[in-house]
Amino acid sequence: MAQAQAVQAHQSSWWHKNQQQITPWLFLAPGILFFLFYVIFPIFQSFNLSLYEWDGLGKAEFVGLYNYEELYWDDAFYTSLNNNVVWLVLYLAAIPAGLFIALFLNQTVTGIRLYKSLFFFPFVISQVVVGLVFTWFYDPTFGLLNVVLGAVGLPPMNILGDENWVTVGIIVAGLWPQTAYCMILYLTGLNAVDPEQIEAGRLDGAKGWRMLWYIIVPQLRPATFIAFVVTIIGALRSFDLISIMTNGGPFGTSRVLSFYMFEVALSEYGFRMGYGASIAVVLFLIMLAFIAYFLWSMYKEEKAR
Amino acid sequence: MFPTPIERTSRPWQLTYQALLPVALILWLLPLLAVAIFSVKPDADFANANYWGWPTSFEGFANYGLVFTGSDMPHYLLNSFKITIPTVIGAVALSCMTGFALGVYKFKANIWIFFMFVAGNFVPFQILMVPVRDLTLQMGLYNTITGLVLFHIAFQTGFCTLFMRNFIRALPFELIEAARVEGIAEWRIFWFVVLPLMKPAIAALSVLIFTFIWNDYFWAVVLTQGVESQPVTAGITSFNAQFRAAYHLMSAGSIVAAIPPVAMFFLMQKHFIAGLTLGAVK
Repeated sequence: MAQAQAVQAHQSSWWHKNQQQITPWLFLAPGILFFLFYVIFPIFQSFNLSLYEWDGLGKAEFVGLYNYEELYWDDAFYTSLNNNVVWLVLYLAAIPAGLFIALFLNQTVTGIRLYKSLFFFPFVISQVVVGLVFTWFYDPTFGLLNVVLGAVGLPPMNILGDENWVTVGIIVAGLWPQTAYCMILYLTGLNAVDPEQIEAGRLDGAKGWRMLWYIIVPQLRPATFIAFVVTIIGALRSFDLISIMTNGGPFGTSRVLSFYMFEVALSEYGFRMGYGASIAVVLFLIMLAFIAYFLWSMYKEEKAR
Repeated sequence: MFPTPIERTSRPWQLTYQALLPVALILWLLPLLAVAIFSVKPDADFANANYWGWPTSFEGFANYGLVFTGSDMPHYLLNSFKITIPTVIGAVALSCMTGFALGVYKFKANIWIFFMFVAGNFVPFQILMVPVRDLTLQMGLYNTITGLVLFHIAFQTGFCTLFMRNFIRALPFELIEAARVEGIAEWRIFWFVVLPLMKPAIAALSVLIFTFIWNDYFWAVVLTQGVESQPVTAGITSFNAQFRAAYHLMSAGSIVAAIPPVAMFFLMQKHFIAGLTLGAVK
């Protein structure tokens, strides 16, 4: 009896002493296991898979770097890569556009809250619906775009059927929700701008653009950082809109890497899992450059605290 | 406040601004308004090429009624709820725990585990696609709601952990220390001290994850097929195939698919916006 009590006391004191070291691991365990299982390990599996030729069913055959060699000669790969760059560059327009709308709406007139919410609307809607809406907007037979073009005396356009315009057309559709996102980031940021600095700036004679550039924008840095992160990630993740609006066409000219990978690995063009994985690896490495930069910025900030 | 408050500007500019607001809004939402008008038009308007004229009759009830009675739409909507709600609960629960562990305790691996979650949250979906699909197939969960939910929970845990950890970092740490001095067990500190303070974060994350998952299309296509398990984002393509060229019905279908996250946003606006800024901009 006494012995049992002693053991218990010993155990509880051991637990008592170490509980602050052990507790975090108990709390982390389920989350980490799930995340390793579904996110971290699959990344390495994809790297490995890119060295194989595999149809998803039979036996995988080791081919070394052959998939990458094939990529090197693949025109569709370069089209996709080129479109990814176009996406990255044009998508960034969401940031100044969002700032512009936020400045426009940063007033306290009656009903402004409702206006802000309604301007944010496009972001809440699924990209699938945004894609459908814009497909009809661009439609050559009845689309609103051609009605507008006709009204100002311009010839009609078939944006999604034109190799030169298709990617830009899809990006514009993507900019619609993305601008709304950046707008809301900046609206929240503008709330936190220090009114004393603005008054001080006014006394020094700063106004308009100079005020915006030298006093407001520097104070919006945290909002700008998040806007950059979400816009770049969004640009590289673009898939839904392309799949809905053009399915990569016409003649594959609106593909991006994320879409081309899906097409190669999981569509009627065949089930080339290994080749698809090698495309995914290239996309991952591009993204990794940005992720590393984001983490580095976060790390600096953590250290500064 | 910047720009100059409208009350302090000249009268003409005040009036211009008041007039400009609704015009800008209509232009901004034009593509959506067009679809809304399409969705209440009668079939005949499209046959007669009356695309942009006023609807010759109001067929809203008939069109939306057909979406609910003449198609698989109700089933897809139900699937979307069955996928979204468990994912929200699972991801928020897991990240309350991980966020607590990373936000409160100081240990060597802390920041690296945190960075693992953050980095994982940013990777392109395609690098996960083949292995995750294969894994789901092997577990016998391909084309099931469970298979999709499990993956969503795991992936969203990355973003949710980032959010929760930052939120807990900003809580007053003295509360936890005071509880420790009292000799309260660590798990009780989590349950009785920290969790009640996390309510706003839980609300913000729930709305945000609800819209993210509701609007997911990629994973729905990769991990499911067919009416029994596909959510509405994937189902809408089959719906549109069924009603090819019936623009009034396709428009009504799109609007139905978009309504739940929109309703969620309007009901929980304050929390939603707090969530989007990742807690970084206050």
